[in-house]
Amino acid sequence: MAKLAGMEIAFAAAEAVALCRPDVIAAYPITPNTHIPEHLSDIVAEGRLDAEFICTESEHSAMSACCGASGTGARAFTASSSQGLLYMGEIIPIVSAMRFPIVMALGNRANSGPINIWNDHSDIMSQRDMGWMAIFAANGQEVVDMMIQAFKIAEHRDVMLPIFVNLDGFQLTHMVEPIFFPTQAQVDKFLPEYKPYAALHPDNVVSMGSLGMPDIFNEFKKAQDEAMINSKKVILEVWKDWEKAFGRKYEPVMSYKTKGADVLLLTMGSMTETASVAVDEMREKGMSVGLLDMKLWRPFPSEELKKAVKGAKVLVVMDRAVSYGGPAGPVCAEVKSLLYGEPNAPVITNYIIGLGGRDVTVEDFVKMTEKSIKAKKEKPEKAYEIYGARGS
Amino acid sequence: MADKKWPETWQELTPGGMVFRPGSTMGYHTGSWRAEKPVYDNSKCIKCGICYIFCPEACVSQDADGYFMADMDYCKGCGICAHECWPGAITMIEEG
Repeated sequence: MAKLAGMEIAFAAAEAVALCRPDVIAAYPITPNTHIPEHLSDIVAEGRLDAEFICTESEHSAMSACCGASGTGARAFTASSSQGLLYMGEIIPIVSAMRFPIVMALGNRANSGPINIWNDHSDIMSQRDMGWMAIFAANGQEVVDMMIQAFKIAEHRDVMLPIFVNLDGFQLTHMVEPIFFPTQAQVDKFLPEYKPYAALHPDNVVSMGSLGMPDIFNEFKKAQDEAMINSKKVILEVWKDWEKAFGRKYEPVMSYKTKGADVLLLTMGSMTETASVAVDEMREKGMSVGLLDMKLWRPFPSEELKKAVKGAKVLVVMDRAVSYGGPAGPVCAEVKSLLYGEPNAPVITNYIIGLGGRDVTVEDFVKMTEKSIKAKKEKPEKAYEIYGARGS
Repeated sequence: MADKKWPETWQELTPGGMVFRPGSTMGYHTGSWRAEKPVYDNSKCIKCGICYIFCPEACVSQDADGYFMADMDYCKGCGICAHECWPGAITMIEEG
């Protein structure tokens, strides 16, 4: 039976990864994900997990080690944050192009500068177009569940792509929550042994990472894009399997009190829980408000999102990263592009909140909602607003 | 179906562009972008092998009589062999 345990979420994430029996863990510590590889190194040292733990001298090497390990057919895991992820940056698009199903726990943190170790989504947004799948957890239970789901999704023969499991730095990584853990037997049943499509071996020669000249590069990118688009089918399947096995439901766009709602809030990551409290409060006041939580970021859940906003009059999109000088925050720009030309599309407002660990409170969501309802009548001055910036 | 030499469409690509045929680059004749080619005058050749040693493509080989020749499938026409051939047995001429 699954057991309930109170645990720091980073430790819980490590325990979940250990249940997946990775062969190679290569990591370099960076706040706020540090506790994940740290605890995994303990688990390996204690002999609870038979894996190679490679203490690399940098993130660039950590991702390179994972790349090489995955090439030999090993199940590989790493974790990173912010500048560490950026330092991995050179290898990040290579592993996705080589179709290596590496799983990364990304303890989301602001990109410096100014130097800041706290949470926002600027690190993941900078890697948006690197060919990795990306899912967002809203609480500790989801972190544990998604970590296990991630291996199954990434390694599926129809997918073979690396995946970011996003968990907000500190808000999630350093929080203690009661979490249900599946047993090893349950995970073994859910997640079969990794059988790579191909592996580097002298008896069965294969070249990986070859040169792509202009006459084949387009076709290569088309194939990669198709793989990403098609991965959604597998993600939906895996989430259905998970629901069947463990009773917890996952959807690309989760809805909360959205039935007949005029105003919808759209969030990602840990702010979802705060927003749900705000929705409860507003519903009590008789406001017709609901909440959408985007769990799947890449591949983009286009169909699901279109369906979810149907009937709404106002859509309030929360971004946790700035696209400097852009037409909107990164999430909102995509939502707007998706809904452009859709009949009866809602009025869309965009707030960039919680940068660099700035508190996002229930009151903030209420204020943003009220502002957005006004914006429906009067055209907003700006396409987006960095909410709560003093002086604005 | 006969094996195609190269993938034409995106559907024909293996995942990640993995190559499962060992030595498949042998079929990729990189000499196609050559502008000049080396011509050997065996009457001047002293069979020293300098051209063989200096060829960065390793496409120079020796025949049964001990003379040298470049493999035009791979020679890129860099002219190093002609430059290094001190008896002056090699001249670079424009690819016709």
